[in-house]
Amino acid sequence: MPEPTTLSYLIVAALLFVMGTVGVMVRRNPLIMFMCIELMLNAVNLSFVALARELTDINGQSIVFFVLVVAAAEVVVGLGIIVAIMRNRSSLSADDMAELAG
Amino acid sequence: MELIVFVLASAMMLIGAFGVITRRNPVHAALSLVLTLFGVAVHFVALEAYFLAAVQIIVYAGAIVVLFLFVIMLLGVDKAEDLQTEPLVAQRWLAGIAGLGLLGLLVIAVSRGAEMLTTRAEGLATSAEGASGDANIQQLARSVFGDYVVAFELTSILLVVAVVGTVMLARRRVPGEA
Repeated sequence: MPEPTTLSYLIVAALLFVMGTVGVMVRRNPLIMFMCIELMLNAVNLSFVALARELTDINGQSIVFFVLVVAAAEVVVGLGIIVAIMRNRSSLSADDMAELAG
Repeated sequence: MELIVFVLASAMMLIGAFGVITRRNPVHAALSLVLTLFGVAVHFVALEAYFLAAVQIIVYAGAIVVLFLFVIMLLGVDKAEDLQTEPLVAQRWLAGIAGLGLLGLLVIAVSRGAEMLTTRAEGLATSAEGASGDANIQQLARSVFGDYVVAFELTSILLVVAVVGTVMLARRRVPGEA
């Protein structure tokens, strides 16, 4: 039985990334848009780890470690902003956040 | 054997991702996200990144998704959202076309770049060659706390800033206070 190559891992990661991108473009709920950003981050993490094995280089896994930390910080700040916005209005839609721009 | 694991984990990942972008209830979307994260963790195990697989489960599935669920419950937005109406005309079609275009670009770029991969001399520690099973963890620790120790300290500052900023953002303003 053939083993999955690095190329197949990268193509699956590309599929996951595209699904995250489409989700950000289609959905209007900011919480779901955040989840789609997590999907994109995970796709990139997967390709980093696959390339780390292909190139036998541990630095790919180190980068994934830092991406995890930054993702956690990003989610905390983003959800804080959503909570602050939701305090003043009832519905949750990306259209309500147009006032964030200047 | 590895191929079966690959196919199953990829199916988990992609079904979960599809659930995230199509489920109408945010709680269901968050649970689909857990499925995707577990699929990615299985891939990490198959790629011999054992430490990252554990961290993926603990940090992503354990902390980030729970944070999402907390906010969903706290704000009371766990109602099904109407996905039938399309506020912007042709938004979905354009998003689908843009997604297909991006997928095509990525696949072409990946398959053309695949032949340029060259192996570094240093080598990745695997459990097969090391006497103990934690060769991967030791090598990762040497990289993170050796080569990237400054970046590691900076991420701790980043986390403190994020926590303080979120507390300031989510705090209720008391009238009369600056």
